[in-house]
Amino acid sequence: MDPALRIALIKLAYLVSAVLFIGTFRLLARPRTAILGNLLGALGMVLAVGATLCHPDVQRYTWAGVGVAIGGGIGAALALRVPLTAMPQMVALLNGFGGAASLLVAAAELYQAMARGHAYRAWDQPVVAAAVSGMIGAVTFWGSLVAFLKLQEWLFRRPVHYQAQHVVNAVLGAIALVLAIWLASRPDALAAYWLLVLAASVLGVLLTIPIGGADMPVVICLLNSYSGLAAAGTGFVIDNNALIISGSLVGASGIILCQIMCKAMNRSLTNVLFGVFTAQLDEGLAERVYAGKVKGASAEEVALLFESAQNVVIVPGYGLAVAQAQHALHELANVLEARGIRVTYGIHPVAGRMPGHMNVLLAEANVPYEQMKEMDEINPYFPQTDVVLVIGANDVVNPLARTDPSSPIAGMPILNVDQARTVVVVKRSLSPGFAGIPNPLFAADNTLMFFGDGKQAVLELISAVKQL
Amino acid sequence: MVPSFVWCLLPACGEACLLAEQAAAAGHERLDALLTALTIFVLAMWVGFEVITKVPATLHTPLTSGSNAVSGITVVGALVAVGAVASTAATTLGFLATILATVNVVGGFLVTHRMLSMFRRKE
Repeated sequence: MDPALRIALIKLAYLVSAVLFIGTFRLLARPRTAILGNLLGALGMVLAVGATLCHPDVQRYTWAGVGVAIGGGIGAALALRVPLTAMPQMVALLNGFGGAASLLVAAAELYQAMARGHAYRAWDQPVVAAAVSGMIGAVTFWGSLVAFLKLQEWLFRRPVHYQAQHVVNAVLGAIALVLAIWLASRPDALAAYWLLVLAASVLGVLLTIPIGGADMPVVICLLNSYSGLAAAGTGFVIDNNALIISGSLVGASGIILCQIMCKAMNRSLTNVLFGVFTAQLDEGLAERVYAGKVKGASAEEVALLFESAQNVVIVPGYGLAVAQAQHALHELANVLEARGIRVTYGIHPVAGRMPGHMNVLLAEANVPYEQMKEMDEINPYFPQTDVVLVIGANDVVNPLARTDPSSPIAGMPILNVDQARTVVVVKRSLSPGFAGIPNPLFAADNTLMFFGDGKQAVLELISAVKQL
Repeated sequence: MVPSFVWCLLPACGEACLLAEQAAAAGHERLDALLTALTIFVLAMWVGFEVITKVPATLHTPLTSGSNAVSGITVVGALVAVGAVASTAATTLGFLATILATVNVVGGFLVTHRMLSMFRRKE
């Protein structure tokens, strides 16, 4: 076939796969159509890869085949083995791989141009784009790696702060910019590219180590967005519309999620990334809030509460994932429903370590998705709720967000569980959540504390309800 | 809302600005190609915003892992780099990129499928 025609057909195939990717995101609007959407996306990817292998420039297949086999094997093993509680880590890792792949492809194009003998001229599109995608790719890779290590609790378990970190970051950013300009004006200076990648790598690490656990959802979304933008940047390098379109879709997705997460914490992205979130550990305050007012309850007392209830709302938090209590929780819900009690789940947007984390855990435990309610949907319903069961959540149900303008969580939208008739909080101790502040909910008149490990506590509740 | 939005868009703006800077140096044809690419970038971004805003919070984790898979489209560039007879350096870089991007594609779509098949309605 005439090479020009062949290239035209390949570009047409890329267009079709781009449309399929848009369809993927479109069909994710409903749980019922989402599976089909994901399959369409996979089909689009197969089409794009197949078309690429027909490209006249592709003349050797051995290494391509070996690479796809290794990558496919690792990807499949990861996807099939990862426990759902570890999804945040998995996504962090994949974000990083995307960024790294983009920066490598951009580098490969620079080397190819040299080998072909016609190096680019200063400020040519591919060179400038390579600088951009090298920079974003490196920040994404190293930032994601740090996020992965934090989530897996292998390293940087506590946020790392040091003197003048903003100055160090600004200097590194400036160095990266100078190197980018150097590369753009001297396209044969490949050393500039690798130095740029090095500077951006250090920046990626330093930007992520100060971020605390509860801010992880925002960082994951941001890195997700960057992995897409790096791919789009690489699309400009190799002049490939498939990369530009898919990359910008992913970039847009990350940005939207980032906005939703920031709004749900009433903080700006600048504040999450650069504001040092200092937990104010005020022992005296905790003493004043809790002194003599906290009421503990036994499993039997809680079971009696359930007996007289008509509707129960369960509010899960990150502690549910830590305790792996999702299956036990669903069993408790089944036992309650068998007694004619209406059970729903109220889920805060930033509960867990990534957007939608709680929903996936509950889905794994077979909780139907109609029972999972978003914050805005469930909040008006709390005043008519008989019993709220809070398990593993703290800051997202802290009424101080509404009442105390000086609180670090002031103005954060919360689940108004305190408006329910009775609140039962399953918790190990009165220790503060991420914000480091006491929670007056635990001392409220209508609250009972049920102290214990999440899973054990739920199991005790199940047997207590069964004995009624 | 505005500041967070600006921060998110920063790399995108950087991309657009840096690319536009070369416009003065480039000839008309190159400028044309650049503008076409930029148009596609901006429009695709917009389509992304419109479509993804409609994804419910329940599906935000599968959305993230699914977009991981889609960003694995870099595999297309990686395959060209590894398959072209050019330089050893390019082949090596392309090979590494192929592995990483394929992990994203296969891992992303598979884990998304695994998660989505757990979302069920009440019997």
